Amino acid sequence: MHEYSLVQALLDRVESEARSRHASAVHRVTVRIGPLAGVERELFSKAFEIVRPGTLCDRAELVVTGDDLRWTCEVCGAAIPTGRVLVCPDCGWPARLASGDALVLERIELEVPDHV
Amino acid sequence: MCEDCGCGDTRLVSVDVHERLLAGNDRTAAHNRGHFFSRGVTALNLMGSPGAGKTAILEATARHLGGSRRLAAVAGDLETERDAERLRKAGIPAVAITTGSACHLDAEMVHRAVHDGASLEADYLFIENVGNLVCPAIYDLGQQANVVALSVTEGEDKPLKYPVMFRNADLVLLTKVDLLPALDGYDVAAVQDALARVMPRPRVIAVSARSGEGVAEWVAWLEGLRVPGELRPAPLAIGVREVSHG
Repeated sequence: MHEYSLVQALLDRVESEARSRHASAVHRVTVRIGPLAGVERELFSKAFEIVRPGTLCDRAELVVTGDDLRWTCEVCGAAIPTGRVLVCPDCGWPARLASGDALVLERIELEVPDHV
Repeated sequence: MCEDCGCGDTRLVSVDVHERLLAGNDRTAAHNRGHFFSRGVTALNLMGSPGAGKTAILEATARHLGGSRRLAAVAGDLETERDAERLRKAGIPAVAITTGSACHLDAEMVHRAVHDGASLEADYLFIENVGNLVCPAIYDLGQQANVVALSVTEGEDKPLKYPVMFRNADLVLLTKVDLLPALDGYDVAAVQDALARVMPRPRVIAVSARSGEGVAEWVAWLEGLRVPGELRPAPLAIGVREVSHG
């Protein structure tokens, strides 16, 4: 259950951004979590619900987007289907993870007082 | 201005960040890596389930080397210093990191352990992670290589169930192979096949801390890490064949 420590890191990052921009609240936070990120999206969202009270994210919406799992050949770029042996059937070269391990804070939407 | 309370209206400001959630950990890991590199220390992150035989492998490594290489260790555990004590008895200077409830080591814990007296007067620093096949996989500690201990008693399909752990492994130590005669039907080829589906450059060494089988090969692999330009195992792509799961 490392999702709590990840959410804590997320809140620290978001709050420091919010403070530096004199935001009164955080409106929405968007993170991208791939299937090979090693993070359960549902647990992550639950951890966010539990950790956020009393923070600038108290009323913030958490949007978790996904990421495609794609392995490709390092040499010829051919797609290698997930679940198969991770070797290019044409070149015999090991596959490379093209996408699927993202664990990224994409965007923060802040409520900033008009006079700031 | 808000007409009810005079608090002032707000506007929405969107900030594109595009930063890894573990960026802070990554920075500390890079700092650790600098420490290790500048002292000529080869650091390894040793992971695996509780009871996979991580500590036993390190004890066997110390026995095999017999003092010809300087070893040091940092041992992570939820409670107790038992692993660190075992390692010290085996002649490996070891510092315990008691994580309490944390299921993994992070770069900051390792950084603190280094400043709390973990020996960097070493050729190899083994960072024995908390026994867990999930959480430790995503935290860079500043290591040069990831090693996963997988015991034969855990079954053949663990790589398929825990792909994140095995994808990031540079080497899998298949441990407790002295027990194979007692495990009727256990198929080493099936483990290798499972690894080849989650690990692009599957590298497996079968070892037994008890009988010493495979320990020389493991030590040779460790020596290879200290050869400049050979930090990564060479591709072993040719000849990997698919085995059907019946």
